[in-house]
Amino acid sequence: MKEIALHALDIAQNSTAAQANRLDISLSEGEGQISLTIADNGRGMSPQLLAQVSDPFTTTRTTRKMGLGLPLLRMAAEQTGGVMSIDSTEGVGTTVTAVFSAQHIDCPPVGDMGTTITFLLQGNPDLHLCYRHTVNGRHFLLDTDELHAQLGPDISLAEPEVILWIRDYLQEQELLLRENEEMKT
Amino acid sequence: MKSLAELQAIRDRMRGQIDLRDSGDDRIRVVVGMATCGIAAGARPVLNALLEEVNKRNLQNVTVSQTGCIGVCRLEPIVEVYVPGQEKVTYVKMTPDKVASIVSEHLVNGRVVEEYTIGAAE
Repeated sequence: MKEIALHALDIAQNSTAAQANRLDISLSEGEGQISLTIADNGRGMSPQLLAQVSDPFTTTRTTRKMGLGLPLLRMAAEQTGGVMSIDSTEGVGTTVTAVFSAQHIDCPPVGDMGTTITFLLQGNPDLHLCYRHTVNGRHFLLDTDELHAQLGPDISLAEPEVILWIRDYLQEQELLLRENEEMKT
Repeated sequence: MKSLAELQAIRDRMRGQIDLRDSGDDRIRVVVGMATCGIAAGARPVLNALLEEVNKRNLQNVTVSQTGCIGVCRLEPIVEVYVPGQEKVTYVKMTPDKVASIVSEHLVNGRVVEEYTIGAAE
């Protein structure tokens, strides 16, 4: 995975596979760290599965839906001196957090979060998704409730015209977040 | 700068079209593998190019969707095309550059782009 945004796209699919209908993704950059949190209300994991889930070999054989996604994220975070943690409660949901040391030479770029969020919605248009991206205290928030409030009940977020608008909107907002940052420094 | 209110204009424009779209079983389905293997191999830009091309050509009878691991990870990114009444076609080692010809040849004109299929790759 070349971007943290690609990890986010990958890990978030576990949530929808676990029947989550609510997903909170937050990405926070600042103070030398990049922190990615993906929290869902899916079916959660048993303590046994949770203990195994970062091991690529055990997990691919016991639960096909997991496989390499979490181990790759753990490796990417730990390579920078960061950490990954998973909290999960059966019947409540799962939260995955990965922290990267931004200054480390192995730290992947954040990448195209706009397209990641877009495709999560394209694949799961009924998902209730909140996405928050914070860069040194400034933030941008997308809440699918606000999109539906404008679109009305009949139109799916996955309609090509709608989803491409969302993509462009997110990319614009992501760019603004960075521009503000550059003006400050 | 875009504002959320623009979605209302899209909504108004689309109201008429939605009815046309729901015309049943003759839709072409295009499915992109978006599991860990697909994403790592570059499926995201492929899906992006597909959506753009389908929207640009206003192909009302085409649905683009995502799926998990298709099972041949070494040939990812993989795109499957389901035309009703025909055998599934599997395109492998996809790139955004290959998308335009698959859309124009296969989805519009009904001619499979053989050189990009799994049959040609294996």
